[in-house]
Amino acid sequence: PPAVRTSITSRYEMVYRSTTAREEAALGAASAREADTALHPLQDASLGSLTVYVVPETSSLLPQGVSVYVGKHRSALVRAGGGLAARPAPLGSSVVAARPASALTGCGSLAGYEITFSLLNPDPKSHAVDWDIEDAVNRYVQPILDKLSLVANFSVDSQILYYAVLGVTPRFDKESSSFLLSTHSLPHVINPVEARLGSSAASLHPVLNFLLYVPEHSHSPLYIQDKDGAPVSTNAFHSPRWGGIMIYNVEAPASPQVSLPLHVDVDMVRVMEVFLAQLRLLFGLSREELPPEFLLESPGNEGLADWELDRLLWAHTMENIATVSTTLTSLAQLLDKIGNIVIKDDVASEVYRAVASAQSAMAELATGHLHSAFQASKEAVTSSERAFFDPSLLHLLYFPDDQKFAIYIPLYLPMSVPILLSLAKIVRETRQRKKEPTKMD
Amino acid sequence: FQDQAEQFFRSGHTNNWAVLVCTSRFWFNYRHVANTLSVYRSVKRLGIADSHIVLMLADDMACNPRNPKPATVFSHKNMELNVYGDDVEVDYRGYEVTVENFLRVLTGRIPPSTPRSKRLLSDDRSNILIYMTGHGGNGFLKFQDSEEITNVELADAFEQMWQKRRYNELLFIIDTCQGASMYERFYSPNIMALASSQVGEDSLSHQPDLAIGVHLMDRYTFYVLEFLEEIHPASQTNMNDLFQVCPKSLCVSTPGHRTDLFQRDPQNVLITDFFGSVRKVEITTETISLDRDLAGFESKLPKDELATEPLKYAEQFPVAQIIHQKPKQKDWHPPGGFILGLWALIIMVFFKTYGIKHMKHIF
Repeated sequence: PPAVRTSITSRYEMVYRSTTAREEAALGAASAREADTALHPLQDASLGSLTVYVVPETSSLLPQGVSVYVGKHRSALVRAGGGLAARPAPLGSSVVAARPASALTGCGSLAGYEITFSLLNPDPKSHAVDWDIEDAVNRYVQPILDKLSLVANFSVDSQILYYAVLGVTPRFDKESSSFLLSTHSLPHVINPVEARLGSSAASLHPVLNFLLYVPEHSHSPLYIQDKDGAPVSTNAFHSPRWGGIMIYNVEAPASPQVSLPLHVDVDMVRVMEVFLAQLRLLFGLSREELPPEFLLESPGNEGLADWELDRLLWAHTMENIATVSTTLTSLAQLLDKIGNIVIKDDVASEVYRAVASAQSAMAELATGHLHSAFQASKEAVTSSERAFFDPSLLHLLYFPDDQKFAIYIPLYLPMSVPILLSLAKIVRETRQRKKEPTKMD
Repeated sequence: FQDQAEQFFRSGHTNNWAVLVCTSRFWFNYRHVANTLSVYRSVKRLGIADSHIVLMLADDMACNPRNPKPATVFSHKNMELNVYGDDVEVDYRGYEVTVENFLRVLTGRIPPSTPRSKRLLSDDRSNILIYMTGHGGNGFLKFQDSEEITNVELADAFEQMWQKRRYNELLFIIDTCQGASMYERFYSPNIMALASSQVGEDSLSHQPDLAIGVHLMDRYTFYVLEFLEEIHPASQTNMNDLFQVCPKSLCVSTPGHRTDLFQRDPQNVLITDFFGSVRKVEITTETISLDRDLAGFESKLPKDELATEPLKYAEQFPVAQIIHQKPKQKDWHPPGGFILGLWALIIMVFFKTYGIKHMKHIF
């Protein structure tokens, strides 16, 4: 077992060049966003690289007061001028190198995820809710999942649940004449609903649930209160590694005479904006605090920027390699401790494959090929998990010493008494015979 | 800053699991099943869902032919509380409750065909409650009257779980005779253990019900159940109160606990950290902006995954080949040292006793 603590250092290769003619033309666009779109097909941006264009100080591409613009692909525009040398450092650290916090990892995170969209309608007598989820998934969710398909496989399903209530009764607030859910009652909302979601029956993959709750007519409108007592603008909250819940308030009808049930067509764009933001947070892609002169382009319908994907891949690769080394080390320690475990051939071959893949992943990382490094690390983790969790490695062979005595002594002691006595007799006879010739002489 | 300090004392778990094991069979061990079912009931009431509970009952008391009140398992005499309820989900039942299956559940070394309800799918942010009850002794716990699990095996299983980060924090409760011996050997971090009696003491049962004819519960779990009935999902009761449950005057045995492996102070550990399922939530403050109408949007048709090649018969089992197969020649190995030595000893003793001249009768 390796006794030395290994550490991983990262470094960035910086290459400087001047712009090509076509890039110059693209940079002549009116705004930074258009320049970014025009530049995208011109670069041969491979996974993990970032191209930084330095524009003159007086250029009108970047709006006033902004000196760094980060696009949604893999390029950034930096305004030349005072303190240029200081720029790459914060740019590198904040944009490229920072690790996604609370990344969604763990065993099974490589096999895939199941994303379930559920519409909860506790009051079907008052609201007849329709949502065009299939179209919304194809339009807004599929692009981000396609981009993330490098990282894991996803499957999406949806359902509508009737008469599913939240576990908490909201209180009525006279001032705003609305119902409020306070922050500390939110953790208790999830449990009563979860049993009805059916997420455990679906598959062995971890499930991310996104719930859209349409409050009952008698509890409308319903808002979530944050710690300071103000209603939350998104009216949604999420739980790490579980998913998110959004409350969709139905507008009260103009005339009180309208017949129930009200027909409600859910505005899927508003809903998906929140759900996709929650999905990004669950994957650890949050916006960090940047200095005010930085401007980050919103990824829009694609869901995540290319450089965010790079960051995610890099973090996952590092984590996979670390997991492989700890798994294999603990497996080796287990096998050292228990001398009589039988290691099957396929377990051994999985271990070899895991080691080979991990080494190739590290080699690929050293040369900067992020995509192949990630694939190699994924293979390494799958192999090491399969080796570690092989059902044949269960040992029930703990024999304390007193149990060994208790089992073997009653068997061998009676058996060995005649044998030992016979041996003693043989020894005595041989000795006697040796003495006899002298006697008889 | 105060937020951060609060976070430090709160557990960093995001989900809860429970593994509840009853290891004894036969009708007169009714109380062990009732013990396990009362913990099951409390844990479900406080929010842990069936999908996150692995319930192992070694025998069926509710539908036992000797049960005068079928489909019920009572914990209080005079049939006050039926802990069987009407939505019990038993994952391992009867003869499936073995030491091997229990260790497989804990370590995760489960055959791939096992259904999801029989697996412990915990991760590094899970708090797990493990409750075991049955007949035990100094350093072991008896399973099904035919095998036993030792405290060393249990400690090794927990270490395997820790190596693979299958738990964030673990609470181990055991209600058997000499229960404290089972947690003596733990050496993995973040484990807190409670036992109903010390080494050398017996855990006693609580009260018999004259109509049913057996003892209904064990004392320790009976008082734990009463304690848990006061807890609701939002309560702030901490572990120190659980340690005080069932003092010697009520329990006759001395309950013990072990917290040296646990990082947080038991004062800061809420009962609901293990018995309930209080999730960490965050308010969503960001949204991403989406373009409402995408001009260049083409609806993606689902890929046609149906095979277009013609169907044909699957490969039939080659019965004829197998019947007429010759048995595989096993490689012959010369006999090993022990057998050789034993035979040499026997032959030597025989010929020394009866004389070498008898050999000519053989050859």
